[in-house]
Amino acid sequence: MNTIVSVKNLSKNFNEIKAVNDLSFSVEKGQVYGFLGQNGAGKSTTIRMLLTLIKPTSGQIEIFGMDLNKHRKEILRQIGAIIEKPDMYKYLTALENLRIFAAMSGVKVSEKKLLDQLEMVGLAERAHSKVKTYSQGMKQRLGIATALVHDPQLVILDEPTNGLDPQGIADVRNLILMLSRQMNKTMIISSHLLSEIELIAESMIIIDKGKKIVEGKVRELFDPAETIIELKTFDDALMYEKLQQSDLKIFVQGKRNDCILLKLHRDQIPAVIKKLVGLEVPILSFHSKHSLENYFLSLTTGQQHVEAFTN
Amino acid sequence: MKKILLLLTLVTIGLVIKAQSPEEVVAKVKAKLEKVNDYEAKGKMKTNVVFIKAPIANVKVYFKRPDKLRINNESGISFIPKGSVNINLNNIFVNTEGFDLIDMGKEEKTSFRIIKLIPKDVNSDVVLSTVYIDEARSLIRKAKTTTKENGTYELEMQYGKYAAYGLADKVSFHFNTKDYKLPKGITFDYDDGSKKESNPDKLKNRKGEVEIQYSSYIINKGVSDAVFK
Amino acid sequence: MWKLLQIELFKIFKRPRTYIAFGAIAAIVFLIQIALKFDGKSYIDLLMSNLSGSFEFNDVFKDKLLNGYLICFVILNTLLIQMPLLVALIAGDAIAGEANMGTLRLSMTKPVSRTKYMLVKFIASVIYTLALLILMALLALFGSMLIFGTNDMVVLRSEGIEQIKRFDVLWRYFAAFGFAAVALTTVSALAFLLSVFAENSIGPIIATMSIVIVFTILSEMNIPIYDETIKPYLFTSHMVAWKGFFYVKANAEGTTINGSIENLPAVLRSLSILVIYIFVFFGSAVWVFRKKDILT
Repeated sequence: MNTIVSVKNLSKNFNEIKAVNDLSFSVEKGQVYGFLGQNGAGKSTTIRMLLTLIKPTSGQIEIFGMDLNKHRKEILRQIGAIIEKPDMYKYLTALENLRIFAAMSGVKVSEKKLLDQLEMVGLAERAHSKVKTYSQGMKQRLGIATALVHDPQLVILDEPTNGLDPQGIADVRNLILMLSRQMNKTMIISSHLLSEIELIAESMIIIDKGKKIVEGKVRELFDPAETIIELKTFDDALMYEKLQQSDLKIFVQGKRNDCILLKLHRDQIPAVIKKLVGLEVPILSFHSKHSLENYFLSLTTGQQHVEAFTN
Repeated sequence: MKKILLLLTLVTIGLVIKAQSPEEVVAKVKAKLEKVNDYEAKGKMKTNVVFIKAPIANVKVYFKRPDKLRINNESGISFIPKGSVNINLNNIFVNTEGFDLIDMGKEEKTSFRIIKLIPKDVNSDVVLSTVYIDEARSLIRKAKTTTKENGTYELEMQYGKYAAYGLADKVSFHFNTKDYKLPKGITFDYDDGSKKESNPDKLKNRKGEVEIQYSSYIINKGVSDAVFK
Repeated sequence: MWKLLQIELFKIFKRPRTYIAFGAIAAIVFLIQIALKFDGKSYIDLLMSNLSGSFEFNDVFKDKLLNGYLICFVILNTLLIQMPLLVALIAGDAIAGEANMGTLRLSMTKPVSRTKYMLVKFIASVIYTLALLILMALLALFGSMLIFGTNDMVVLRSEGIEQIKRFDVLWRYFAAFGFAAVALTTVSALAFLLSVFAENSIGPIIATMSIVIVFTILSEMNIPIYDETIKPYLFTSHMVAWKGFFYVKANAEGTTINGSIENLPAVLRSLSILVIYIFVFFGSAVWVFRKKDILT
């Protein structure tokens, strides 16, 4: 069994709003799976459905090859999760919190194991401090310790770097990589930042308005064939017109107020530059981007742009 | 026929001669009562007031001449009606000179002598007292006293062992009570949904009764004044 | 199950808020005791003013009347109106508080069924309610018995006076406290139900109190159209049924019958109505919670 999570035609409606719309994806064993989308895209709703917090309107979720509906307890026993903020009982100490959630996971965990867990996330010294005295980063690390304390096969982290300072982000990232590489955990990491997913995930899905936009291996998605060029010139209108008349027309993807967008394979760049120069419109900049990044950016900046890409 | 007539006349004259004046009757009763200087009595008290459910109480009754009386519930709580000092007859008879006595003849059924006492002092709280006296034994069997302040009291007595001292074995004291009612906002009663008293007159019956059944008296052995405080 | 209950109790009794209620009860009981210790006679005068024309109330009588049993009754009378607030403080927080803290979503990703989770939460708030009542029994009953001694008990009703022999009182208190436990559990179940709908605990606590207050007013008002129609169904009408244990039977001569209860069937009926309410409230809470999407 290599597929850990298999989601088919999953939908969730909140009244009239389709938060998740016919979403299908699968996560393989040992993968770090990136779940990308802007805020409100339906990431959290999907993750909450995976964790039985939200009941799907329709669709099927299988985890560890079992139907989530029918085998909720067995499945959840093997999952550790942080959903959004890692909220804990603030009036209890880190150790007490950890003990409570370990016990709720239905696993007997020794006191030593609890302390080891805190040690792993660097909180051993503060084990007996109340959580209300913790910084955001410490809470995040405690949250991760809580998610891992019962040694789950699948770890789901929803926006694990939210609200952290750069050092905190780096710490969490390293922790995720360590868990994946050394402990061979399957992980689902959601984020609204492509840069983050790009650094840690092997596979990923991008969703928007509850729909899958793209899914695949990160390496493949960052295909050089998908390079996007942002071209800025002295006179964009004139350049656009000249491009339309030239044989470069096939690369033109669209126009924004401040630049023209081209899509081409990386190998074609030198030749294209030469021809552009030949068009005799002064060029201000020629900026290449991963199509994915740009694409994702388009999701977060403007709709017209999206149209440009989906064409 | 003449003989019969003579006999009747003689009997009538004899009866008239034998009949005592109310003053004499009262004096005899008083003399009997005056044998008692003080007493301490034990008894059981029953309270029958329409709005009170009271258990039977063990009481001690203390008396000391001239008019001190105290009913104590030694172990528990008892509601003692006002005017209960009158359950001791000495109190009525303490100052018979202060009353005008009116002979009302005899009660038909019991042939107790009925005498009304009207206070000479117009400011006296007592307006009228009617006593029913068993002449033969010089014992008061019944007394009705009307007061200005506290309405009418009625006493009934039954005598036994202590009749020689004019002390009753059983005294029933009937008195008037005022209406009892507390706002529900204070009591927060539990309303069990049962129908309220169907006969509203019953609640209007403002007669109360206290009955003391004496078991023993300790007579003239001295009673401390502290008891009456 | 037992493990989960332990966790819930641990959480409840680790919270400072929990002890506010215990402190409040101790304070109220203590304040009433002090007031009655030093100024009880004027309180008696007030209550008895109605009767002072017909009966003699000397100081000895008042001292006896103001015994531990009566004090406890006075305290219960006052406090059982306030106690729903204290109970709601915890029960209203049960689910809403977790939602507010953000711990509910974490708890619900654990392999614990929602029904079981609810059951454990509810049992924990009932245990808390019982702990409050036990504290109250210790302070209000045994504390007052110690401070004021014991004597016959006089219960003042709106239309009559119940007098109970001292040896016949204590068992009635145990029964009354038992009943009060059920009554407060009803409030607890209501707050618990409201807690399911809310995302912070203030809402359910205030809503519970508002319902209790409005219903209590309706229960205590004597408006004929309510008396026959809605009053018998309000749980607040039945919450005061603990007093039924202090209403005694009397014989034809008005003498208290020791060990009797005036209307036991009515008290038991009230008890079963409260139990039904508890099941309805708790059942609905579970039903709603099982279907609920956790979005907090």
